Amino acid sequence: MTEQIRQIAFYGKGGIGKSTTSQNTIAGMAELGQRVMIVGCDPKADSTRLMLHSKAQTTILHLAAERGAVEDLELDEVLLTGYRDVRCVESGGPEPGVGCAGRGIITAINFLEENGAYEDLDFVSYDVLGDVVCGGFAMPIREGKAQEIYIVTSGEMMAMYAANNIARGILKYAHSGGVRLGGLICNSRKVDRELELIETLAKRLNTQMIHFVPRNNIVQHAELRRMTVIEYAPDSAQADEYRTLANKIIDNKNLTIPTPISMDELEDLLVEFGILGGEEEYEKAIAQDQAKAAVV
Amino acid sequence: MAQNDINRIKDHAELFHQDEYQALFAGKKQFEGGHDPEEVTRIAEWTKTWEYREKNFSREALTVNPAKACQPLGAILAAVGFEGTLPFVHGSQGCVAYFRSHFTRHFKEPFSAVSSSMTEDAAVFGGLNNMKDGLATSYNLYNPKMIAVCTTCMAEVIGDDLQAFIRTSKDEGFVPQELPIPYAHTPSFVGSHITGYDNMMKGILSNLTAGKKAETTNGKINFIPGFETYIGNLREIKRIAELMDVNYTLLADNTEYLDSPNNGEYNMYPGGTKLEDAADSINAEATISFQAYSTTKTREYIQNDWQQASYVARPVGIRGTDEFLMKLSALTGKPIPKELEDERGRAVDALTDSQAWLHGKKIAMYGDPDLVIGLTQFLLEVGAEPVHIVVTNSNDVFETELRALLDTSPFGAGATIWGGKDLWHLRSLLFTEPVDLLIGNSYGKYLWRDTHTPIIRIGYPIFDRHHLHRYATYGYQGTINLLNWIVNTILDELDRNTIIPAKTDISYDLIR
Repeated sequence: MTEQIRQIAFYGKGGIGKSTTSQNTIAGMAELGQRVMIVGCDPKADSTRLMLHSKAQTTILHLAAERGAVEDLELDEVLLTGYRDVRCVESGGPEPGVGCAGRGIITAINFLEENGAYEDLDFVSYDVLGDVVCGGFAMPIREGKAQEIYIVTSGEMMAMYAANNIARGILKYAHSGGVRLGGLICNSRKVDRELELIETLAKRLNTQMIHFVPRNNIVQHAELRRMTVIEYAPDSAQADEYRTLANKIIDNKNLTIPTPISMDELEDLLVEFGILGGEEEYEKAIAQDQAKAAVV
Repeated sequence: MAQNDINRIKDHAELFHQDEYQALFAGKKQFEGGHDPEEVTRIAEWTKTWEYREKNFSREALTVNPAKACQPLGAILAAVGFEGTLPFVHGSQGCVAYFRSHFTRHFKEPFSAVSSSMTEDAAVFGGLNNMKDGLATSYNLYNPKMIAVCTTCMAEVIGDDLQAFIRTSKDEGFVPQELPIPYAHTPSFVGSHITGYDNMMKGILSNLTAGKKAETTNGKINFIPGFETYIGNLREIKRIAELMDVNYTLLADNTEYLDSPNNGEYNMYPGGTKLEDAADSINAEATISFQAYSTTKTREYIQNDWQQASYVARPVGIRGTDEFLMKLSALTGKPIPKELEDERGRAVDALTDSQAWLHGKKIAMYGDPDLVIGLTQFLLEVGAEPVHIVVTNSNDVFETELRALLDTSPFGAGATIWGGKDLWHLRSLLFTEPVDLLIGNSYGKYLWRDTHTPIIRIGYPIFDRHHLHRYATYGYQGTINLLNWIVNTILDELDRNTIIPAKTDISYDLIR
């Protein structure tokens, strides 16, 4: 039954490497014998390609649009089995610029629940696009869904900004449901003092940096072959990094209610770590901006 | 002229027949750029052909007059059967106004439901504030014992999370913690009113019965009506249960709410199933639902979460009623009293009296899945032949069940189940393969007008005939009602068709 299933979700700024990190981590979990289902909640539908070795799998919404109604779908048409029996499903969604991707996620998850996809599993992992931008993107953290959120971030300012925003989304649901923050995953961009920065941010958000994933080109090589690093180069150091992360998530007991910080606090933090300059430099930059605006 | 005589105010039915209006219409026509009346007639004739039917049935992107309504309508019907319950629709105001007027036009009773009145800013920022304020206002102004929350399309598209919103509203003190506020997500663009009924019933029962499971059963039987709009049916079920001395809980009893006595005092929440009785329904011996497809999830929940036996019985026609009574007797050990046996005898007698008029009559019908199954049970018993069965809110399980039922009788062999089709499809069917009778709700009168197929109003909504909802279609007495409506429509039609003196009146008989 659903009670025993641990449901986790990966959130993070677009392009930060959520899908790559989550699939590699899940490959690590699968290696350890965990039965996992990935639910891709991104209209781009790229949350399962490394598991399935395919361009992009048929999504629930794509098929529903073709058939006319989501009721006309069978579970096995959209639930595929990938690397080490990881079950893969993609919600899909509208073309960019039209429709409502958030509603798409609600529809897709309802479909999975009603058709008994949540059975014989140890883990369900939601891979969610970007921030918690609307109610639909919060569907995976509603009551009875993902209880542990992992935020993928890097030391870049906008990634941290997004991470903080996601923490705000989690906080909203933490009191009415049971959702908790499991930690930040730092997907390194080789920013100065990245490790300390993210560790500090994690502390400020009342969580942990669960793992620091170093940057390694081998990830890119594996991706081009539509594989996880664990499959493509099982003996590589990078594969071990993901295995470590997988173990840490499996054993993670440090689940907290996040304490998001204000924009000012976030900027102060960046100043402290020398990413933004001091106050003077900041004001100079603003003055320059305004001068430019005046010319226009 | 127009309405100048205050003592003779004309109804619009005659008002516009006066010369000045007729002249006005004729004058207007010149500027409308409409087609030549001959062309209009030609096209109208063409829509009656097989060629048009084929085009009509290859229609993909358009629905014309679907025989269904949307989820929240069913949800609020489920809610008002419970004592002191105020239906609260989280969404925009217009939707709720529509649900209220829809019920009021059918039942001719006031119907109270509130909305969280979401507007553009709520669509952008989420409806949490509307929920908080709406719940607080409803609670303070209308003093309900329970608020049953459902949603409209708008709240669903933006993904408002009812569970979280209600919890937050309570935690922040907008409504007392102990006030039961069950909820159901009821997007109007998914399923139909029967889905909404199911979702809300499940929501209410899960809320009220939480933590109420006892060691022993309370010896009662739960009855769940489903999306039932015949008050007479609920009264008939209660009467039967009382005659059999069966201890029951009706989940839920909206008879008083939808048919309250006029004693000069307005009561916002007449009658209803007591909340404590509903809470104790988890400890009943078994649950009987009178509809299957408006209670699918509720029954699944009762079986899995309550670990309680659940059955479907449709007490329509002789066999349907027999099965229900025998099931009830088997579950409770109570014998079927002689009074009911006599009623059965009278119903059988009535059926045999009229059978000659019904035998071999070809029938078209439309409505909700359970309604058409009930009607089919009855029609096959009297030898009528269902031909076109249109069910807009159909599903595969239902179609398999109905097909199996039709296959039990040679009279069912000629029937086609038209799942997912609408009343414009039915219009083509009636023109190309005419039948003797049409059974449907008030919307069927347009088909009656176009095709001249005599119509018997059974279903929901019935806006244009009064009091039909007060009668039963269930039980042996309900069987007589169905028979009465059907056979007398046939006889009326016969009189109408044999009415021209010295021409068709050869069999304009006094005795039928």
